[in-house]
Amino acid sequence: MVEFFTETSIGAVLLILGQSLLLIVPLLVALAFLLLVDRKVWAAVQMRKGPNVVGPFGLLQSFADFLKYIVKEVVVPAGADRSVFFLAPMISFVMAVIAWAVIPFADGWVLADLNVALLYVFAVSSLEVYGVIMGGWASNSKYPFLGSLRSAAQMISYEVSIGLIIVGIIISTGSLNFGAIVAAQDGDFGLFNWYWLPHFPMLFLFLISAMAETNRPPFDLPEAESELVAGYQVEYSSTPFLLFMIGEYVAIVLMCALVSLMFFGGWLSPIPGLPDGVLWMVLKMFFVFFIFAMVKAITPRYRYDQLMRLGWKVFLPLSLAWVVIVAFLAKFEVLGGFWARWTLGV
Amino acid sequence: MTQIDYTRTAKYFLLQDFAKGMKLGLKYFFGSKATVNYPHEKGPLSARFRGEHALRRYPSGEERCIACKLCEAVCPAQAITIDAEPREDGSRRTTRYDIDMTKCIYCGFCQEACPVDAIVEGPNFEYSTETREELYYDKEKLLANGDRWEAEIARNLELDAPYR
Repeated sequence: MVEFFTETSIGAVLLILGQSLLLIVPLLVALAFLLLVDRKVWAAVQMRKGPNVVGPFGLLQSFADFLKYIVKEVVVPAGADRSVFFLAPMISFVMAVIAWAVIPFADGWVLADLNVALLYVFAVSSLEVYGVIMGGWASNSKYPFLGSLRSAAQMISYEVSIGLIIVGIIISTGSLNFGAIVAAQDGDFGLFNWYWLPHFPMLFLFLISAMAETNRPPFDLPEAESELVAGYQVEYSSTPFLLFMIGEYVAIVLMCALVSLMFFGGWLSPIPGLPDGVLWMVLKMFFVFFIFAMVKAITPRYRYDQLMRLGWKVFLPLSLAWVVIVAFLAKFEVLGGFWARWTLGV
Repeated sequence: MTQIDYTRTAKYFLLQDFAKGMKLGLKYFFGSKATVNYPHEKGPLSARFRGEHALRRYPSGEERCIACKLCEAVCPAQAITIDAEPREDGSRRTTRYDIDMTKCIYCGFCQEACPVDAIVEGPNFEYSTETREELYYDKEKLLANGDRWEAEIARNLELDAPYR
């Protein structure tokens, strides 16, 4: 039986297919509830109760929405480029999902244990912008086009600082593999061994950049309901719109996973003595998502020039300076390898 | 040379505004909610609330309207149409009393004008329909409304009486 999956090629394909389904299905189900959490948190801050009619406490709201989206009519604008119009949401969705292939949920619980996992995630999440640009362009309409142009500039700007922050993490770890990054955060002091402490300023920079990268408020200008109606999504309806929205949220949860892995020690237990495991990873991701949802509720939207100023004139110099500082701190093993985890032999 | 405001810069980089916002947000997050679960619970209504129209009857069952057409005359939206002729017993009654609810602006002038408290705006506001035709109310519909809401209408009129 084991030989069938390891020896024959059809077995190997089936194995990969099964593993992918095992990842994607729980991910999408969890996403349905995270969407609800997002709306509930937003509602709670505004003294509302949020969706509470479909199912107990509104738990099935996302599934009702999902059903509504897929039974609605697909409207294609008359002047739209049909093939690109339908390709755009697919790219957006697929790019968001395939990045999860390298995200580990516990020690060894990973679809593809790449040595360049961090680079892969970075590359794939950069490609997501194509879905947005193609969607805005193929709609052949003014607001979507403006929205997609803004979005492209925004995503590219903030990817620069995300990349530099990641470089700092790589310098500390000496590896691009997520397993190694988490292992480097293991230690006798629980949560004080994690990277949030040595890379403290970068935690906030990464969180904010991640919000900008995924078009979350306060950086949701590509969508900007009040000025661009919904940006690149204006002409989309039904299932294509659903794909855009799921893609966006999958990317957001991916950022939550990245923050947990890179700054909060992934599946490591915060208290020394307690067992490590997938539960910690999920809890940390949920915590980061909660922060994302709270930020959405409490912040006003940035103006476009403010966004660009923040990205290029604040975040870029800060993250660049931090790379240099960390490089020095690691090279000279300040504080006994606090920044140079590869010297500790883990 | 421009002077750097160090306090402001420090506050900017320490995300002071953000921390304040987060604190306020969390306060409301855990605070009590203002939501009214609408179909299950409803907000309070004033006794003067001007909702769906109704034609009332006397306790004997006789309709109140005497076809004076004051409401038709006062209606600023000209939503009311009345035809009248004497009945067999000699009393003057309407043969037709229509309100076009799509024209009505719910000003309450018809209620004010009525000398016998026949046409009133009741407390009901849940009468949406799927077709426009259903909103062209005739006499039968209005009298049925009166029978249905009489208890509430009578109580509201009584509550409002001291102020008239």
